Amino acid sequence: MHPNLWPLLGVAVIILGFLLRLHPVLVVAAACFTTGFAAFMPLDHLLASLGTAFIKTRNLPMIYLLPLAAIGLLERFGLREYAQSAIARVRSATAGRLLIVYLAVREISAALGLTALGGHPSMVRPLVAPMAESAAEQRNPKLSEEQRYRVRAMTAATDNVGLFFGEDIFVAFGAIVLMQTILRAEGIEVDPLHMALWGIPTAISAFIIHAWRLHRLDRYLARQQ
Amino acid sequence: MIIRVEYFYWLLGAMLALVALMSAADRSNPRRWTTALFWALYATVYLAGDLLAPEAAGAMMLAMALLAGFGGVRSGKPQTPPEETRRASAVRLQHKLLLPALIIPAVTMLCATLLKDVRIDGLFLFDQKHLTLAALGCASVIAVAAACWLTRATPLQAGREARRLVDAMSWALVLPHMLAVLGLLFTEAGVGKAVAHVATSYIGLTSPLVAVAVYCIGLALFTIVMGNGFAAFPVMAGGVGIPVLVHQFGINPAAMAAIGMFSAYCGTLMTPMAANFNIIPAALLDLPDRNAVIKAQIPTALPLLFVNIVLLYILI
Repeated sequence: MHPNLWPLLGVAVIILGFLLRLHPVLVVAAACFTTGFAAFMPLDHLLASLGTAFIKTRNLPMIYLLPLAAIGLLERFGLREYAQSAIARVRSATAGRLLIVYLAVREISAALGLTALGGHPSMVRPLVAPMAESAAEQRNPKLSEEQRYRVRAMTAATDNVGLFFGEDIFVAFGAIVLMQTILRAEGIEVDPLHMALWGIPTAISAFIIHAWRLHRLDRYLARQQ
Repeated sequence: MIIRVEYFYWLLGAMLALVALMSAADRSNPRRWTTALFWALYATVYLAGDLLAPEAAGAMMLAMALLAGFGGVRSGKPQTPPEETRRASAVRLQHKLLLPALIIPAVTMLCATLLKDVRIDGLFLFDQKHLTLAALGCASVIAVAAACWLTRATPLQAGREARRLVDAMSWALVLPHMLAVLGLLFTEAGVGKAVAHVATSYIGLTSPLVAVAVYCIGLALFTIVMGNGFAAFPVMAGGVGIPVLVHQFGINPAAMAAIGMFSAYCGTLMTPMAANFNIIPAALLDLPDRNAVIKAQIPTALPLLFVNIVLLYILI
């Protein structure tokens, strides 16, 4: 049977909105309404669906909201400045090398199920990003604004890459459970350990590709602009 | 259970209510009343979410979207001590500053692994359904206490600092939440089924290379649209992975699933829809370009997607 294809309009609204660089929150609201009406939901039903989903997903922002008070207080008392001066004492440190070490630690600890070791509000902003920026500054005192932003963006990227491609080789991770459930519904029985093992080649490739890019980052940062 | 995730909803609600009050009193914010209203609405979602009628919660989400979308949410001038003061404080406190910061991951891991099965009087110590969140909540509270003890600041000062960071991130902070709502609505409206229908009826999947490429690239594209690999996987596995790759070409289902999920993650690296990974950090790191993190990730994501296609193709 032919499914209702009209809800695809909601996807079109999202793509168009982001391409035209409209306000993201408005784009999301517009996409919600387009999708709802395209699926023939009456207005009250749509509002109720949105509301139920809004309450149901409110655990999501907690991961980055809960640590803010402690991190903010420590920043006021010089945590970022301390991280910068600590890395400045390591003479061989460069932004790239520091981030390669962080990538390895993040990926391996995530593979062992320790996903909490890291994260943007609790590790990247107060510690890793200031350290990487300070290491880059030691090598090139005339670091431009653009280079500075690049170091920060790469720090956030390194945290994401390490987390994503590490956690999936941990057997008890949610994604593995999800895959097992879906395959079982189709009558295929798979050992979670095998899925974790088949993730390893990609996880290693992710490390090699990203580490090579971090290595190249140092060369870009050494450039005078 | 003894430590329920609801307690942290209330704590967070109280924090957001404090942000609303401080915003209302902040004359350096050009839109202080609408900003305060925005955070008050969000605080209500956490403080009274279970009591709200679903339609009312939906209307509140819509009101927040309109307030943010039409420029009603702004930031005040942050009040931080000058850099010399912070440097002097860093020299004085030294590595002790790291302690409360490291308490957050350390205590979270400890609670989520060692203490996860602990029961007192037959009751689980931690909320079993939201174990990581309950653990992170405990860790954050302990970290605030440790930071206050170390710096001799009051908990109210911690609240002010939390407000400074929330204010700096502004409306970007609720974007991941609203995108998650959109993702659920997509599922309810059958967007996944529609995409799978289009993908499988208009592309011939007779050659193994095309089938593998459609599967991997499809997962990445689907994730770019939905912002979440978990939403993409069931659709593409059910539409292409199981019927074509496993039954027709005989690929090991474990490899199909594992490498497929990683292809979806390549999509996560490239989409503003995964705002908590890609947009929030840009706001947290004061980057002027909202998409700076995505741009930094694309050159890693694309070669990795290619590697995935090659890996699956070799397995046929």
